[in-house]
Amino acid sequence: MSSHQPSHREVQSKGHGEIAFSAEQEAEIVTIIAKYPTMRSAVMPLLWIAQRQWGWISHDVCRVVARRLELPPSHVLTVATFYTMFKKTPTGEYLLQVCHTLSCALAGADDLIAHIEDKLGIKAGETTPDGKFSLMRVECLASCGSGPMMQVNDDFYECLDDSRVDGILTAITDGVSLPTPRPEVDQWTHTPVS
Amino acid sequence: MDSYPRILTKNWETPNSHTLAEAKKAGQYSVLEKCLKMDRQAIKQEVLDSGLRGRGGAGFPAGRKWMFVPDVEKRQGKPVYLICNADESEPGTFKDRYCMWHDPHMLIEGMIIAAYALECKTAYIYLRGEFKYIQDRVDEAIEEAKAAGLLGKNILGTGFDFELYTHQGAGAYICGEETALISSIEGERGQPRLKPPFPAVEGAWGCPTVVNNVETLAVVPWVMAHGAKAYAAIGTEKAAGTKLFSVSGHVMKPGVYEVPMGVPMTTLINDICGGLKPGRTLKAVIPGGSSVPVMTPEEVGKATMDYESIQEVSGSYLGSGGVIVMDDTTDMVSALSNLLRFYAHESCGQCTPCREGVGWMSQILIRLDKGGATEEDIETLLDLANNIHSKTICFFGASAAMPVQSFLQKFKPEFLAKIEAAKANIVPEVVSTTNSEATGSSAGAK
Repeated sequence: MSSHQPSHREVQSKGHGEIAFSAEQEAEIVTIIAKYPTMRSAVMPLLWIAQRQWGWISHDVCRVVARRLELPPSHVLTVATFYTMFKKTPTGEYLLQVCHTLSCALAGADDLIAHIEDKLGIKAGETTPDGKFSLMRVECLASCGSGPMMQVNDDFYECLDDSRVDGILTAITDGVSLPTPRPEVDQWTHTPVS
Repeated sequence: MDSYPRILTKNWETPNSHTLAEAKKAGQYSVLEKCLKMDRQAIKQEVLDSGLRGRGGAGFPAGRKWMFVPDVEKRQGKPVYLICNADESEPGTFKDRYCMWHDPHMLIEGMIIAAYALECKTAYIYLRGEFKYIQDRVDEAIEEAKAAGLLGKNILGTGFDFELYTHQGAGAYICGEETALISSIEGERGQPRLKPPFPAVEGAWGCPTVVNNVETLAVVPWVMAHGAKAYAAIGTEKAAGTKLFSVSGHVMKPGVYEVPMGVPMTTLINDICGGLKPGRTLKAVIPGGSSVPVMTPEEVGKATMDYESIQEVSGSYLGSGGVIVMDDTTDMVSALSNLLRFYAHESCGQCTPCREGVGWMSQILIRLDKGGATEEDIETLLDLANNIHSKTICFFGASAAMPVQSFLQKFKPEFLAKIEAAKANIVPEVVSTTNSEATGSSAGAK
């Protein structure tokens, strides 16, 4: 796969086959729909639930979401293809998204990405053959004061250098728990004392 | 700098400041009951009188925006919606995530007061998709507030009903633009709409909608507790209050700082942020997020951190307060190329000048940065920027054009030198900030 976001015509026709939301998910969906004046507004939240469940957004996933919200499948697809975080192809178990916009670039993001590419033996935009890691260059993640940084699935890891990245990658490979991402967030909240 | 109250950051160092217990200890929700018994117009007037201006970037008076909402007869009984813009995607800006992470209850209280003033019964916090971990924390805070009777039916026995929900985006810079955000929350592609009608008259689901930034709403409880006069007394005459500045780039202590409006820019960079690394000199500063024009060291020396001064001194803007500092090791061609790659990636694809033009500018800049460009390319670049600015539905086109125009105006010799160097096959001794690889295409344009 590549980091290229495919258009709806390019979305793979092969997908997930016959799928359906579970009873538990259905309960969550009812709560979500109740938040909005129209069912249409629930399309993004439902795509999130679907992506958590099935890993990426195929035509089959669009059809399930469309059926539940009484929308044309084409509308769900048109929404899914607009937003970069909805994956139109399968990604690795751990999605590493490294910011390379200006502030992070000034802090050395490109060197860090080169290091990760070396370490994993893949280029940005690719997935390791074992399906464990996907590496992506992404635009600004609002961590400009603590770059370079990367997002590992849902978590932000900030103030990175080669050795801290190695620690994170090794923890994932060894199947042990990852370093806590949070303290770095607090470390970088400077406020002057008046 | 005179002493000033810390409004937004006062609880950030307190352990567990995000919990309701700590928030209440810090005085949060103490002004809520009083507000919910006040005349609605009086609240709007107080916020207007405080001089609070929108902290998302445009700096529009918050109270005035609220007053644009038509009264119940004029809006034919339609509900009013309030949306907190927590999309925070402007490169260089990272303040709102700290607000929500450290003190979600300050925002929630601000939203309850704003909703009451606006006769709004349902509000949303639209967070960018990558802020899932922050959304979880805000959701917890909402649950806590609900359990304590601060949200939901009959809040604090005043008869006011109000529901607050979070909504997760999914990776689209443009959704920080208020009409694109509204399209997105309605379940559409996040594409901006023409104004007028302004959202305050016809916004989400065709109803009057107020969209305010996190920082703007979080200030409201302080304004109501201490009064408009106390807030207006902080900062400058036209830019009231304190402001969160996100400082990044080549300073010793990057981070989020709360300082009064009107502080000299050199004080912020040299004293508060610890200055540059030893032996370096200042080359440029982008003062208000990546979309605003760049400033030279001479301009930085004259400017104070408020809307008027920055514009007067440099033609730039305070914007979102995202300050990107660049020292003498920065390759300005490379830096601009990096920014234009961002804009080419994020153009929503709706307007032709922006969709085609910004990608074109990015391609030229890659050539300028990596070699193969001619002086004619610089003319083309300027021509493109001038033809994109103000010729699109939303402000995105201008946001991509202004960095190009200002970099070329203020640092043109560096662009020419790079062309010459490439011709002579000399690599300049500066840090490159762009990668030769082009990345994923724009969010939906292609």
